[in-house]
Amino acid sequence: MSFLTTRGVPRKDLEELLDSADEFNRVLARPIPKVPALQGKLVANLFFEDSTRTRLSFERAARALSADVMNFSAAGSSAAKGESLKDTALTIRALGADLMVVRHKAAGAPRRIAAWTGRPVVNAGDGAHQHPTQGMLDALTLRQRFGGLDGLRVAIVGDIRHSRVARSNVFAFTALGAGVTLVAPRTLQPVSTGGWPVDATDDLDGVLGEVDVVYLLRIQAERGGLSVFPSLPEYVSRYGMTRDRFDRLPAEAVVLHPGPMNRGVEIDDAVAGHPRALVLDQVANGVAVRMAVLFRLLGGSG
Amino acid sequence: MSEILLAGGAVLTPDGEVKADVTLSGGRVAAVEPVREGVGREIGAGRARAADRVIDLSGLVLGPGFVDIHAHLREPGQEWKEDIASGSAAAAAGGFTAVVAMPNTDPPTDSGHLARYISDRGRQVGLVEVAPAGCITAGLDGARLAHLDELFAAGVRVFTDDGMTVADAGLLRRAMEYLEARGGVIAQHAEDPGLSRGGHMHEGEVSSLLGMAGIPALAETVVAARDLALAELTGASYHIQHVSCAETVDLIRAAKAKGAPVTAEVTPHHLRFSDRHAASMDPVFKMYPPLRPPADAEALIEALREGVIDAAATDHAPHAAHEKDVPFEEAPKGVTGLETAFAAVRSALDPDPRLLFRRMSVAPAAIGALHRHGRWIEPGIPANLAAVAWDEEWTVEGFASRSSNSPFVGETLTGRVRYTFYEGRLTYELGNSGSRTPEVRGAP
Repeated sequence: MSFLTTRGVPRKDLEELLDSADEFNRVLARPIPKVPALQGKLVANLFFEDSTRTRLSFERAARALSADVMNFSAAGSSAAKGESLKDTALTIRALGADLMVVRHKAAGAPRRIAAWTGRPVVNAGDGAHQHPTQGMLDALTLRQRFGGLDGLRVAIVGDIRHSRVARSNVFAFTALGAGVTLVAPRTLQPVSTGGWPVDATDDLDGVLGEVDVVYLLRIQAERGGLSVFPSLPEYVSRYGMTRDRFDRLPAEAVVLHPGPMNRGVEIDDAVAGHPRALVLDQVANGVAVRMAVLFRLLGGSG
Repeated sequence: MSEILLAGGAVLTPDGEVKADVTLSGGRVAAVEPVREGVGREIGAGRARAADRVIDLSGLVLGPGFVDIHAHLREPGQEWKEDIASGSAAAAAGGFTAVVAMPNTDPPTDSGHLARYISDRGRQVGLVEVAPAGCITAGLDGARLAHLDELFAAGVRVFTDDGMTVADAGLLRRAMEYLEARGGVIAQHAEDPGLSRGGHMHEGEVSSLLGMAGIPALAETVVAARDLALAELTGASYHIQHVSCAETVDLIRAAKAKGAPVTAEVTPHHLRFSDRHAASMDPVFKMYPPLRPPADAEALIEALREGVIDAAATDHAPHAAHEKDVPFEEAPKGVTGLETAFAAVRSALDPDPRLLFRRMSVAPAAIGALHRHGRWIEPGIPANLAAVAWDEEWTVEGFASRSSNSPFVGETLTGRVRYTFYEGRLTYELGNSGSRTPEVRGAP
């Protein structure tokens, strides 16, 4: 069994994972935040694309479960010498990996690796496709804050078209009962929202008064050499979470961001530091969620 | 000269389907003798004594050998994927007697000596006629015209930058004007580079869910519309390769209604599969143009049946297993098709035999000016023939091609090639693996 996507996962399974993450949060709050659940297991982090926080989070989660961790990053590795992804994956399996955490710039790469190796794989981000543990840690953060996601009104703002975080969140949030609105200019919206249980708009100001959650995505002016909007200042003027826009949100509304943040672009400095910006809660919950996922995939197998 | 008697098949003649004995001699069809239904008839009765070999075709349909106006044989330059010998063997196994080899080799076929190398090599192998297509632009650079006269003199009749699109309308116009006087057909891989850039699959629901950049159907349609206007302006023969969507079909229909010298082809895989298959992210479903939604596949089937699309063509694009066994976005585009084309088209269209042989032999032979092929069977024609079991069901596995990147692997298809005859010689016989090893012969 692998964890490759949030799309199509039944609500019950998502909730069980969140319940398990709650328990691991209690473990993490103990004086010695560590359990022997995965002693003797080897978790391999295969990061073919740069990442610091996600890799650290998985590493922390694996160690808190007493698993051994092996880190592989593409830079300076066999991949740079022309080794195929398949050979790399088979090599990591031969080194004894019981589970692989995979980040890759190509959609579907984790799924291929799972098929090649027969080992459980956790997708830590594949292209613009999915980043399911991010979706789950965001869901956990919202459940902690609001008690549940039923009826919650979430606006996801930014480069949705190229965002694996958006795809993971849309399907996790809506399966758990939230309503999601995608907010972006047309060039950053998915080309088709067929199969997405969402609304879409290009008018952030129009939805500010009616949302419980604003989820801001990281913005890059250049995507693969294509310009997707005219300029950063123009983007900020329409979609930036400025202090002024933040003040127009309902009093209980919160702001999330998957990091790393571009302060002054998608999020204003003053908003990023506000108590209703839950960015650091998200980071902390990431460890618990990843513990829950690793335990689910490797625990109980002896 | 050896003589082969093909006994008792349903023979596709200029006058329709006739149960007949067909004698091949001297590389030609020597005789077509209708079989009178009678009791106690022996196979090929009278003639059998004279023939060196008698092949019983009872229950089979014998038609003109298939002609593929769009295949990548990869030689020279990428022989680990395919070469002219293995590609010819694959073609023969698919019932083909002629194949137009796309010019995006290394080096690209942009001058006469390169074209001659390919046709000479095809003759050495001797399993099918290998007709080189020539580049429109030198080195496929999209900027300068290739040596069109030289290519024409070397026998090239199909000119294309396939794999790339001649995106510069002024350049394409000049190529059309130049070739209109000369002859030959301009074949375009219609894909606007600005609309398709970075794309890996059809732009739509599936690509949006997978977060992959898409290639919209529009990328094909806008180029087709522009090119059809240029063809009308210049009077040049224009051929649209691997049509993938309903909108392009509509444009072709309209152009033909105006009498423009326009032809089109569709691949067997675009008839059977859709972008729903690409949702698996299995690279065996990656090719350009990409698989479109099911409604487009239905429109393509109907267009091929009607004749708005003239011909089926494989776009046989072999890749080594290790090249395709990577994530979808990193995989090379293209799938093989020579050995499954007949059965795939037969299965998709459920046509009568005459219609199928028209779309897979007569029409493509005319487009490619391959006059020794695509002729209904009568005495005197070159003996380029295919015998097929029309209703046989089989499951696709194992290939004569060097590569096996076929989306049809494991699919059950109807219709199976049993024998192929090229210039009077048996070049393929189902179940006889010996025929899969290409023989090297001199020119027939």
